[in-house]
Amino acid sequence: MSVAKNFLEIKGLKKEYVAGNPILKGVDFTIDAPGIIAIIGPSGTGKSTLLRCINRLIDPSQGQIIFDNADVCQANGKQLRQLRRHVGMVFQEYNLVERLTVIENVLTGRLGYMSSWQAWRRNYSQQDINTAFELLEAVGLEAHANKRADSLSGGQRQRVGIARAVMQDPHIILADEPTSSLDPKTAVEIMELLERFATEKKIPALVNMHDVKLAQRFAQRIIGMSNGYVVYDGAPEGITDEHLKQIYGGESWLD
Amino acid sequence: MARLKPIAADKQQNPFPRNWGLSAMWVVVAIYLVYSVDAMGLNLDRFLSGLGHADKLLGRMFPPDFSRWELLLDGLIESLEIAVISSVVGIFFSLFIGLFAARNFMPNWISSPVRAFIALCRSFHPVIIAILFVKSVGFGALAGILTLIVATIGFIAKLFAEAIEEISFKQVEAIQATGASFVSVILFSVMPQVFSRFIGFATYQFDSNLRNSTMVGIVGAGGLGGTLFSAFQRFDYDFVAAILITIIALILFWEFLSTVVRRIF
Repeated sequence: MSVAKNFLEIKGLKKEYVAGNPILKGVDFTIDAPGIIAIIGPSGTGKSTLLRCINRLIDPSQGQIIFDNADVCQANGKQLRQLRRHVGMVFQEYNLVERLTVIENVLTGRLGYMSSWQAWRRNYSQQDINTAFELLEAVGLEAHANKRADSLSGGQRQRVGIARAVMQDPHIILADEPTSSLDPKTAVEIMELLERFATEKKIPALVNMHDVKLAQRFAQRIIGMSNGYVVYDGAPEGITDEHLKQIYGGESWLD
Repeated sequence: MARLKPIAADKQQNPFPRNWGLSAMWVVVAIYLVYSVDAMGLNLDRFLSGLGHADKLLGRMFPPDFSRWELLLDGLIESLEIAVISSVVGIFFSLFIGLFAARNFMPNWISSPVRAFIALCRSFHPVIIAILFVKSVGFGALAGILTLIVATIGFIAKLFAEAIEEISFKQVEAIQATGASFVSVILFSVMPQVFSRFIGFATYQFDSNLRNSTMVGIVGAGGLGGTLFSAFQRFDYDFVAAILITIIALILFWEFLSTVVRRIF
C-alpha cells in the first residue's frame, strides 16, 4: 500500500430512506491515516447509515465512496463482495451467528475468500485456521473456542466480533456503536482492542460512538455529525463546548 | 403541565363492555348445531344399532390372522419405500421451494408465485391427489410416491418458509458484511438458525408420510393400503385386523426412532 493513497474517500454522500426526507445530506471526508477515527453525534443523525453505506449494507442515494481504487456505490455482485471482504464490520449487538461455535464465528470472516462449494464443505485452509486461533488468543478467548457463541457474555461476544472482522484481513474497520451495550470497563477494553488492531495492521477504524469522553480518549480524529452533515472534523483536543452544543443541541447536559 | 380534566365518577366506562355481536354469533352456532344433528337423522336408536354392528365386526376381527404374512410383508415394504422416497425427495425440494417462498429473502415477484404453488400443493387432500396420479401415471407405487411428494411440499415448504422468515436478520447482515456469496450467507447465517426446526418438521412429515403411505393404496397407488382394501372387500376381517396391528407397530417403531433422531440433533 503506497503512503500517498487514501484509505477512504467520501464525496457528497446522500441517503434518503423516504423520498424528500434525507438522513445524510451531503457528507464529505477523507481518511488518509490509520488509527481510530470516532464519529460522534446524537442518535438518529445518520451515523449508522453512514457506516452501512460504506460497505453497502445500505444503498446510498447519491455520492461517491472511493475505497481500494473503486467506487463502492457503483459496485455490484462479485466486485461488491470483493470490496466488502476488505471492510471489517463490528456491530453494536455483536451479530454473531449464535448457534455456531466461537471459532466457527471467527472463521466466517474468511467466507469472502471462499467459493460457496468450499464454504459448504467447511474447507478452510490450515493457514486460516491457525490465524483464527491466533486471533482468539489475541482477544483472550482461546479457552472458549468450542463454546457456542450465545453462551458468551456481551464483552466476550464483542471480542469475537472484532476477531471476525480482523479475520477478513481488512483495509478498514467499521464499528457501529461497538461499546454501547457494554459496561464502562468492558467498553474501554473493547476500545483498546480496536486501537491495538488498528495500530498493528496499520489500518483506520471508523468507530461510531455517543460517549464523547471515550471518543476523546481513544481517537486520533473526531468527526462530529449533526442533522445529516459533518459539523466538526479534526483533532479530539479541538472539540469545544460550542461544538458539542452544535452537535447535540441544548446545553443543560454539558459539564 | 396542564391538569387532566376531572370526569364525574358515574360517567366511567366499564372497560369490559358486553359484546352483543359476539353473543349473537354463539347463539347462531348453537342453533346450527342442533339443526344439523336433526337433519342428519342422528338419534340414540341409530347409535345403539350401530354399536351392534361394530360388535359383530370386532368379533370377526379376533383373533387376527397372520397366516398370509408374505402378502402383508410385501405391502409393508412397499409402503415403507413409498414413505422414504417421497419424504427424501419432497423434503429436498421443499428446502429450495421454502427459501424461494421466504419473503425476507426473495423479492415479491419470486415469493408470490412460489407461495401460490405451495398453496396449490396443500389445497387437496392426499386421497384426491392420489386418484389424480393413478389416473395420469397408472396404478402402483409411482402414483403413491408422487402423491406424497406433493403433500410433503405443501406442508414442509410452507413451514420452512415461515421458519426462515422468523430468523434474526442481524446474523445475516454480519455474514453479508464479510463479502460472502449468497449461498455462503444461506449456509452460515440462515441454516444455523433454522436447522434444528427443519429436523423437527422433517421427522414430523416422515411420520405423516408413513401413515399416508398405508392409505394411498386404497385408491390404487401402491403399498399396504391396497392389501387392506381388498381384505375389506372380501370380508377377511381377521386379516384386516392383522394389517391394522402391523400399521400400529410400524408407527410406534418410527415414534421410537424419531425420538432418537431428535436427540442426535
